[in-house]
Amino acid sequence: MLIDLFNHWIVITLMMCGLYMVIAHGNLIKKLVGLAVFQTSVFIFYISMAKVDGGTAPILADGIVHYSNPLPHVLILTAIVVGIATTALGLSLVVRIKEAYGSIEEEEIQQQDIQHQKNNAHTKVKLEEEA
Amino acid sequence: MIAHLPILQVILPLMAAPLCLMLKRPQLVWVFALIASGLAFVVSVLLLQQVMTTGVISYELGGWQAPWGIEYRIDKLNAFLLLIISGISTIVLVAAQTSIEKEIPKDKHVYFYVLYLLSLTGMLGIVATGDAFNVFVFLEVSSLSAYALIAMGQKRQALWASYQYLIMGTIGATFILIGIGLMYQMTGTLNMYDLSQRLPEVAQTRTVFAAFAFVVVGVCLKLAMFPLHLWLPNAYTYAPSIVTAFFAATATKVAVYLLIRFTFSVFGVSFSFTTIPLETLFMALGLVGIFVASTSAIFQSNVKRLFAFSSIAQIGYMIVGFSLTTVTGLTATLLHLFNHALMKGAIFLALAAVIYRVGSVELTNLRGLGRQMPLTMAAIVIGGLSLIGVPLTVGFVSKWYLLIALIEEGLWPVAVLILLGSMLAVVYVWRIVEVAYFKEPLDKNVIVKEAPLSFLIPIWALVIANIYFGIDTRLSVQVAEAAAQSLFGGAL
Amino acid sequence: MNLSLEVMLQLAIMLPLLSTFAIVATGKYPNIREGVTITTCLCLIYLVVNLYQGLLAGQAISAFWWELLPGLTISFDIEPLGMLFALIASFLWLVTTCYAIGYMRSHHEKNQTRFYLCFAVAIGAVMGLAFSANLFTLFIFYEVLTLSTYPLVTHAGTEKAKKGGRTYLGILLTTSIVFFLLAIVSTWFIAGTLDFKLGGIFADDVDKTIAGILLVLFVFGIGKAAIMPFHRWLPAAMVAPTPVSSLLHAVAVVKAGVFTVLKVCVFIFGLDLLAVLPTTQFLLYLAGASVLLASIIAMRQDNLKARLAYSTVSQLGYVTIGALLATSSGVIGSSMHIAMHAFGKITLFFCAGAILVSLHKSKISDMRGIGRQMPLTMIAFFIASLSIIGVPPAGGTWSKWYLMMGTIETEQFVLMVILMVSSLLNIAYLLPIPFHAFFPKLMSFKDAEQGVRPSSNIENTYTRAEIKEAPLPSLIAIVVTTLGCLMLFIYPQPLFELATAVLTGRE
Repeated sequence: MLIDLFNHWIVITLMMCGLYMVIAHGNLIKKLVGLAVFQTSVFIFYISMAKVDGGTAPILADGIVHYSNPLPHVLILTAIVVGIATTALGLSLVVRIKEAYGSIEEEEIQQQDIQHQKNNAHTKVKLEEEA
Repeated sequence: MIAHLPILQVILPLMAAPLCLMLKRPQLVWVFALIASGLAFVVSVLLLQQVMTTGVISYELGGWQAPWGIEYRIDKLNAFLLLIISGISTIVLVAAQTSIEKEIPKDKHVYFYVLYLLSLTGMLGIVATGDAFNVFVFLEVSSLSAYALIAMGQKRQALWASYQYLIMGTIGATFILIGIGLMYQMTGTLNMYDLSQRLPEVAQTRTVFAAFAFVVVGVCLKLAMFPLHLWLPNAYTYAPSIVTAFFAATATKVAVYLLIRFTFSVFGVSFSFTTIPLETLFMALGLVGIFVASTSAIFQSNVKRLFAFSSIAQIGYMIVGFSLTTVTGLTATLLHLFNHALMKGAIFLALAAVIYRVGSVELTNLRGLGRQMPLTMAAIVIGGLSLIGVPLTVGFVSKWYLLIALIEEGLWPVAVLILLGSMLAVVYVWRIVEVAYFKEPLDKNVIVKEAPLSFLIPIWALVIANIYFGIDTRLSVQVAEAAAQSLFGGAL
Repeated sequence: MNLSLEVMLQLAIMLPLLSTFAIVATGKYPNIREGVTITTCLCLIYLVVNLYQGLLAGQAISAFWWELLPGLTISFDIEPLGMLFALIASFLWLVTTCYAIGYMRSHHEKNQTRFYLCFAVAIGAVMGLAFSANLFTLFIFYEVLTLSTYPLVTHAGTEKAKKGGRTYLGILLTTSIVFFLLAIVSTWFIAGTLDFKLGGIFADDVDKTIAGILLVLFVFGIGKAAIMPFHRWLPAAMVAPTPVSSLLHAVAVVKAGVFTVLKVCVFIFGLDLLAVLPTTQFLLYLAGASVLLASIIAMRQDNLKARLAYSTVSQLGYVTIGALLATSSGVIGSSMHIAMHAFGKITLFFCAGAILVSLHKSKISDMRGIGRQMPLTMIAFFIASLSIIGVPPAGGTWSKWYLMMGTIETEQFVLMVILMVSSLLNIAYLLPIPFHAFFPKLMSFKDAEQGVRPSSNIENTYTRAEIKEAPLPSLIAIVVTTLGCLMLFIYPQPLFELATAVLTGRE
């Protein structure tokens, strides 16, 4: 039973690794790497599930009667494209964040935002006092 | 032509998006996008008419027969949603050109429309399709364009907000993907109707339970249901105002739709609500969400953020209605879906107009605007009254149904809580009213003019809709009731 | 004009609302603007009087506007109680407008167009409320009335006005949405209808406990009736200009509250059911406490308007008591008290405003000796006080008489004592004002207790007395309402007939 579903175990391990990275790391790039690992684990899950014991590639040809399910492959092709797009978009956001904040560490960015808000609040109080 | 309506609904904005790139001139692109969205709206009206008279429309994409091919399946529920989404999108687009002039650099205007149309496509696609995997694809189409749109915001916080949303959104979407995979593993089909037929046979397996859990959590992330709402306030606050108006009125509605679709149609009422105590959980989370979010809203100094929290609270109302699993409760949720789109559309558009004129929507910037921008502020006030649920506005209609639904089930304490929750809305709406109407502007030398017509027309179209549908409830109630009944009828 | 009564009914509601357009359009020319308002008042009175005659002739007058949700309609139907309320409100609107013209101009108030506009909307809402055929319609106009009077309360735009407005709106909206709406939805769910029907709409076998809870929800939910502990909005609303306080917070808004309570008692529960509900007794005592406590608080107020406001809270308790007694004399007394108190209290407020405009005084302790300067005003104040207290020759006598009868019939002797004590308190807090105004040298023992000595400038005022009455339009208004108080004593017959007809239906 455990061995039978070993693909599931791999998927789960990868998935948890990915999620852990997303949650635990403060570095934005590392978060994205975690996200990618997380997504990839799902891709593996789909592909491994399509595997049929003793099946060949799903080609329409004489003599092939026993073949893997092609549908999950096709689905995952789409999902991979989506995954790439997400990662690319995420990375480009990180580039822009680096430009704007000078940092890609979550803590530092939040620190800057809080500082910024405090300054704003300060000027606001001043303005109100003047008014 | 009529036979191809379901696909036209999605393909129109999808095709229009890349075409925008060819036009180059922002003004032209705007008109073009407006036309595309307007046509999508017309299609949705035709679809709704057809569904109401003839029943479910099934469309086989590329002629491949369901359940092998992708099927677009329009019933009363999604026809209603399509109408809301395309309608709001069109109205919001009217103001887009003026608004983004101030908020987005000129060279990005064309891309803005491309992304906007793609996002629209995604939402319409999620709603129109009858194929589970297709849902995921469109979900990502709309989400990816949403991340990019939010990142276009003026302030650098927009980037951070977009990044947060991207992480949360992707996790949510991937969860849904896992859920769909597990379902496919058990049934060998992706067609929702087919799934709903086959799932009961294997309902008592752990795999189906896991699938259900993944899908529900994934959808709730997208829905920004408390406590999975953390991405929403930042995203709404820092996105360009037009984007906020569009998303606040539509994006979460699509997620509510997905929740209803998966729990009611795909997994079926008996599985979703009897096997798993979903209703108790959702009722509790919905109520807590209403109170926590409304209270947070009271303490916000940025008005956009304030209404973002209010949106989370309003989602709480929908969740409470949903958790009742009665026809009336679901009707209340669907009505609120429609009504909330109208309220928040009007309010956020009005805020966009304020940003256009004043540059910011910090509460202090609203001082004295009651005099300077009377029509815009009046729109916010009416939208706010609608949020509170004052009679003759749409908010009252949905609140009425929700109360009836609760009393039907004998849940009096919950009814009282719901009403107390709307009192919190009074507090945050009135904070704005007092600042706008009782305080003198900070700098009296600055002359602020009323918003231009390109804002006022869409804003007031929505405001009037707020009142009109609060009085003439035939359309909304009829459709919502019919949709709710059909969901309980079991047929997809 | 040969309008059918149905059309008139709808016009009576629409007219004030329609006049807002004209008021806005003519906003730049104050004289024409006020002309528009007065014309509207006159037309409204014409319509209401015609409707009254129609009602007397025994005609059924009703109108249907719209079906909001299946079974929930906005529709109107005239019955005697609503007629009585509409008559008072429309007549006093005219008088108040007259008064307001004098007051607002000599007080140099800003935003007068907004003032008249909101006023007209409020009156439209009152008409809708008075004529509504079901609880749902009533609720809509109830909320419209709350919202349309908010700008009036906060008219001054100052920090204080804002705070008052916050309390006003906060309490009225909270009670109406949390309690009233819940009660309405529950009623709708239990009874299946919200139409007003003589004898009530609940089935005979309705669960008494639930109905009792509903009654509590209704009485608390109708915050406009100002039953303690939900009375705070009324004193808070006193930051408004005096014409607003007088018409809205002595007549339209508060009377809308007790009117609704009466309507609910008579037409939703029905007197038979009301009498056997377990919570009725509790509410009666609550209203009694409200009457007594408000009177006591009123005695301690030095600001004249605040004192009058608490007096209103107390008098509203009378009406609620009358309704909850669930006997015919109680209902008759309540209905009549709506009218009597309206005339009395509006006169008192008019006087308070007149004193403010002419002498710039709002504190009672400053008002010694002003009888020399404002004799007419203070005489009016005296007569109106008599009406509030309930002694001849003023109208209040009759309503208090019937209310007393009601308490005796139902053997509620505690309440009877409360009502009597409260009347004594009325004397104590109202009569000293005109008394000191005319005889400044006398010092009441109450003042002696507090150690207040007549200050020296009273002597000055006393010697330098010259007539300094309010502006003419305001003065006319005061005289008219004072005469009204007297007339209602001498000639209460039509009012009495209307009040009796409440319980018998159309004649």
